[in-house]
Amino acid sequence: MKINLKVWRQKSSNAAGKLVEYQLDNVSEDMSFLEMFDVLNDSLTRKGEDPVTFDHDCREGICGMCSMYINGRPHGPQTGATTCQLHMRSFSDGDTIVVEPWRARAFPVIKDLMVDRTAFDRVIQAGGYVSVNTGSAPDANEILIPRSIADEAMDAAACIGCGACVAACKNASAMLFVSAKVSQLAILPQGKAEHKERAERMVAQMDAEGFGACSFTGACSVECPKSISLDHIARMNREYLGAQLTTENVQG
Amino acid sequence: MAWVTQTLSSSLGRKVIMSLTGLFLSSFLIIHMAGNLQLFKGDGGRAFNEYTYFMTHNPLIMTVSYLLYTSILVHALMAFILTRYNQSSRPVKYAYSRPEANSDWSSRNMGILGTVLLLFIIIHMRTFWYEMHFGSVPMAEYDGKEYKDLYSVVQAAFGELWYVVLYVICMVAVGYHLAHGFQSGFQTLGIRHRKYTPIIEFLGKYFFAIIIPAAFASMPIYVYLQVHHII
Ligand code: HEM
Ligand code: SF4
Ligand code: FES
Repeated sequence: MKINLKVWRQKSSNAAGKLVEYQLDNVSEDMSFLEMFDVLNDSLTRKGEDPVTFDHDCREGICGMCSMYINGRPHGPQTGATTCQLHMRSFSDGDTIVVEPWRARAFPVIKDLMVDRTAFDRVIQAGGYVSVNTGSAPDANEILIPRSIADEAMDAAACIGCGACVAACKNASAMLFVSAKVSQLAILPQGKAEHKERAERMVAQMDAEGFGACSFTGACSVECPKSISLDHIARMNREYLGAQLTTENVQG
Repeated sequence: MAWVTQTLSSSLGRKVIMSLTGLFLSSFLIIHMAGNLQLFKGDGGRAFNEYTYFMTHNPLIMTVSYLLYTSILVHALMAFILTRYNQSSRPVKYAYSRPEANSDWSSRNMGILGTVLLLFIIIHMRTFWYEMHFGSVPMAEYDGKEYKDLYSVVQAAFGELWYVVLYVICMVAVGYHLAHGFQSGFQTLGIRHRKYTPIIEFLGKYFFAIIIPAAFASMPIYVYLQVHHII
């Protein structure tokens, strides 16, 4: 199939960027979206041009690195899937596809389609962990966790930190990502001990990174490749408000 | 008290202010609508005038009304701050975006809807609240007691077609604002539960987004038709 691409090209974070058009004549519908970019880059390299820089790693939907805003939606037209899991059969012969990087103040463009997502790492460093050494694995059922809680924590833990939630949100808000992390630890016994400080610190870091506030449009959850639920955002609101009202921390 | 200002100026704290003021305004809408139903009595405005007298003289209601004015101001101010902040979180916009694929229009345009509401509130308060408090409203007498005849002000205002049309349009904006806002307000407070959220969503979608605005919109239409002897 023939595919027309409009790809965001930007030399460096400070350079101005623009959409550049490319045409690919021999795209197989069995190619993944990233493989189609490999073909494009191969042809660019052969012509002596600069290939398109884009993030990718596992190419099996679990690392969260691939991050393209495809035809107006993060990770393209599919729901519940990453860009590496998108195949060209989702498009038709002759289609024009616009590909842009995630857009957010907190995710500056490094080059072309690659953005700097270390803001997420700093949010995790602010509290997305359990600080006690948990030692070796305890016996099964030594710590009782109801099935429903285990399931919910597991659903939250499915977040791969891709940033599609931020990319989709009209406010570039990171609420879905941060709440998945806060939620996952807050409902499990190992994480409960520090749940208040965690909520306070992670929200403070989220704000400091320049992510927007939540308008609860729900776009994040629809576009999330792991379909993380909005329930977690409500839980984080609860955790944060409860913490702010009850911890002894008066400095803020 | 640094923690108070810090909490309230966090992204979550600002939303809590939006939510509390917004939900308070929503609860006021119920009272306001129920009271204004007196307009349908067809008694030349007596029930309505007695009701407005009560609303402007009862100390409890007068106290609540100051809370209401404050809520409107705080809600509008915080809306402005939040909208600006949220816009600045994406300095470079997408060249091509399809937000309709993942979210409702009203949820993305609360600022625009709210601006329409603010303009409406200003016009509305100028026409009725200002006249009632500072204007020269004719008097009416029932059982030897004097009442301000706000009903005549209502008739004069709703006798104008453009005013009726403006009202109906603004009530559509109220509907869209609350279709998203009412349930979002609970989410902001962290109130989300498998048992209660469906009830809250139902109330938001049908009661606050349809029934209340429709009831409000029916008042100017009814008075217009009455004043012009169409009914
Ligand atoms: C004065 C004019 C108004 C403006 C400028 C305004 C603006 C806004 C904006 C921008 C939001 C969304 C904030 C966000 O999530 O990003 C909002 C939320 C809301 N508004 Fe308004 N609004 C106005 C009047 C009203 C009125 C009259 C009511 C109720 C009768 C109301 C009820 C609500 C509710 C319940 C929310 C949801 C709060 C939340 O999501 O937590 N608003 N408003
Ligand atoms: S919540 Fe979903 S969209 Fe957001 S970072 Fe995690 S996996 Fe990606
Ligand atoms: S490359 Fe790992 S999820 Fe797509």
